[in-house]
Amino acid sequence: MTLLVYDNTFEGFLTAIFEIYEYKYIQPKIVKDKNHTLSLLDETIDVFTDEKKANRVLLKIEKSIGKIGVKILLYSFLSEDINLEKYLFEVIKYILEFPDKNVINNFSNPNVMQVHKLSRSVAREKHRMEAFVRFEELLNGIYFSKIAPDFDVLMLILNHFKNRYQDQEWIIYDIKRNYGLYYNLQKVDIITLDIELNNIKTNQDLLSDEELKYQNLWKEYFDHTNITERKNMKLHVQHLPKRYWKYLTEKRDIK
Amino acid sequence: MNYERIKEKLEILADAAKYDVSCSSSGSNRKNNNKGLGNAAPSGICHTYTQDGRCVSLLKILLTNHCIYDCAYCVTRKSNDIKRVAFTVREVVDLTMNFYRRNYIEGLFLSSGIFKNADFTMERLVRVAKLLRLEENFNGYIHLKTIPGASDELMQEAGLYADRLSVNLEIPTQSGLKLLAPEKDHQQMMKPMGFVKNKLIEYKSERKIIKHVPKFAPAGQTTQMIIGATNENDFQIIKVADHFYRNFNLKRVYYSGYVPVLSDSRLPSIGTQVPMVRENRLYQADWLMRFYGFKADEILDKNNPFLDLEVDPKMAWALRNIHEFPVDIQSASLEMILRIPGVGTKSAYKILQARKFQNLSLEHLSKIGVSINRAKYFIDTRSINKNLRFLNRLNFRELLINQTKSKFDNPFNPQLSLFDNDAFSLR
Ligand code: SF4
Repeated sequence: MTLLVYDNTFEGFLTAIFEIYEYKYIQPKIVKDKNHTLSLLDETIDVFTDEKKANRVLLKIEKSIGKIGVKILLYSFLSEDINLEKYLFEVIKYILEFPDKNVINNFSNPNVMQVHKLSRSVAREKHRMEAFVRFEELLNGIYFSKIAPDFDVLMLILNHFKNRYQDQEWIIYDIKRNYGLYYNLQKVDIITLDIELNNIKTNQDLLSDEELKYQNLWKEYFDHTNITERKNMKLHVQHLPKRYWKYLTEKRDIK
Repeated sequence: MNYERIKEKLEILADAAKYDVSCSSSGSNRKNNNKGLGNAAPSGICHTYTQDGRCVSLLKILLTNHCIYDCAYCVTRKSNDIKRVAFTVREVVDLTMNFYRRNYIEGLFLSSGIFKNADFTMERLVRVAKLLRLEENFNGYIHLKTIPGASDELMQEAGLYADRLSVNLEIPTQSGLKLLAPEKDHQQMMKPMGFVKNKLIEYKSERKIIKHVPKFAPAGQTTQMIIGATNENDFQIIKVADHFYRNFNLKRVYYSGYVPVLSDSRLPSIGTQVPMVRENRLYQADWLMRFYGFKADEILDKNNPFLDLEVDPKMAWALRNIHEFPVDIQSASLEMILRIPGVGTKSAYKILQARKFQNLSLEHLSKIGVSINRAKYFIDTRSINKNLRFLNRLNFRELLINQTKSKFDNPFNPQLSLFDNDAFSLR
């Protein structure tokens, strides 16, 4: 087998695809550097990400499956699934084999289905972050939020928050992957903070004077908008899986 | 901020507003072009869910629970002995802004008891919206309840600042309304709806000619009916809904199972169960009319005026129309595929796409997202489908009910699911 080791970026992955066709590797398999293991029978090749090559593959794919199709591939890529490279490679092979058919719509093909499924999970996590981010106003006026999403969706939610919150400074920080977005009233920068952040909850001393009052008002509102006669916790948890409760002001204990 | 006072008002006025089930923030795409706060996401966002599983997307409150009317089904009615409070315009604006800044909500849904008279009340509601838009540069979602009897001028202004307007019919039949809310009548309620409808059309056609005509209530208008407070039947209800969808350009009709909170000889007694299953079936029927191409008369008729509580309305239709099945999955029209029990709108689209590539098997369909448990009895594929032999059996209905029971226990969410329409239990 020929193992192509890429750098975990989408461009790197597409470069690998390009080279598979370019050099006609035998039994190619694309792997991330961090989880590839050496076997005596396999040949290992390092892929150096090349934007030109990546772009050529991308253009070809886009011509066949359109922008919407490309988005599905990109989303599935962000799922970080262990078999991801295999599914994606199979699907891209399939696309290149039938350039005139929009094969991304062949919902009866198992690899296509897998890619759709992964892409949906990522899209869902993106939606959830757009919904469940809770900003806290800090003493310096910055609205701060910490998240730890299942998938690496920070870049996908950037535009949503940038368009929406234009007249306040804000930070959304992924404490799992240790990077964040900071909007300074002009533009959004990608930042890394030196301090250790491992708790979604923020130290109360850092919060603005009004912050806890609004958190409590929101909690009161949440409690009073409930209709006890219709209580249905099964449905509640189905919409609001417990692993997300840590984000939600209204589900946390605050005094 | 006077925290204690605001807190008390919020508790009372959120409590009083919660029976209005509509909480959707969809249908508008107001942009944040003025470097202000917020925008409207066309498909809406649920920021949290109540313990009864309803989407929370808007800050839904009354401006006041003072009211000069005495509608029997309403906690705010004049004769109810409760504490009365009122927000100031400023307080509502501040709450909305501060909740929005923290990403708690998509916007505001403001309704009100009627104090003094219709115009006096409506003027305050409009003032909140105006302040949010013009002074605070707020571009989030605003839904205003319009007060029946308010002047055209105020309605006009409301439509310019709000994304959505609504008047709740509350009681589906004229006679029921007469009994429970003697001061109201449907005619009076329909007048503002007619006004809004005409304005919607007027502004839309003007926008075609002149680009910068302001938008008028871009997310349209909606209404709500209370189910089970009077003895109306389901056929009457869906006929009313159908009428409003057709003639008033309504975006949504909401159905709200009556929650008995007041003792009144004209109403179901306290402790009566909320008719949740019936409410669920009405939403399903509503969905069939809007997305599945069914007509009201196909779902129910005069002689069968109630929805089947054991099976969903699509399955019920299939059982009454066995001669339309099985449906050939390779060649059937979209209309017919949408009528197969177990097939949702998304799956139907995927079937149309996928069948171009190959003959579909039941297994394919299951992967696509069809509820094959139900669908398998109604579908003809290119290979032999043994399940079809049940179709003409006398006990087919019982068989279906027993086999798919767990599915029907699914609790139901009246809001469109945020992530996936196929999560909707009507397939
Ligand atoms: S007019 Fe509205 S608030 Fe007043 S009692 Fe009737 S339904 Fe309730």
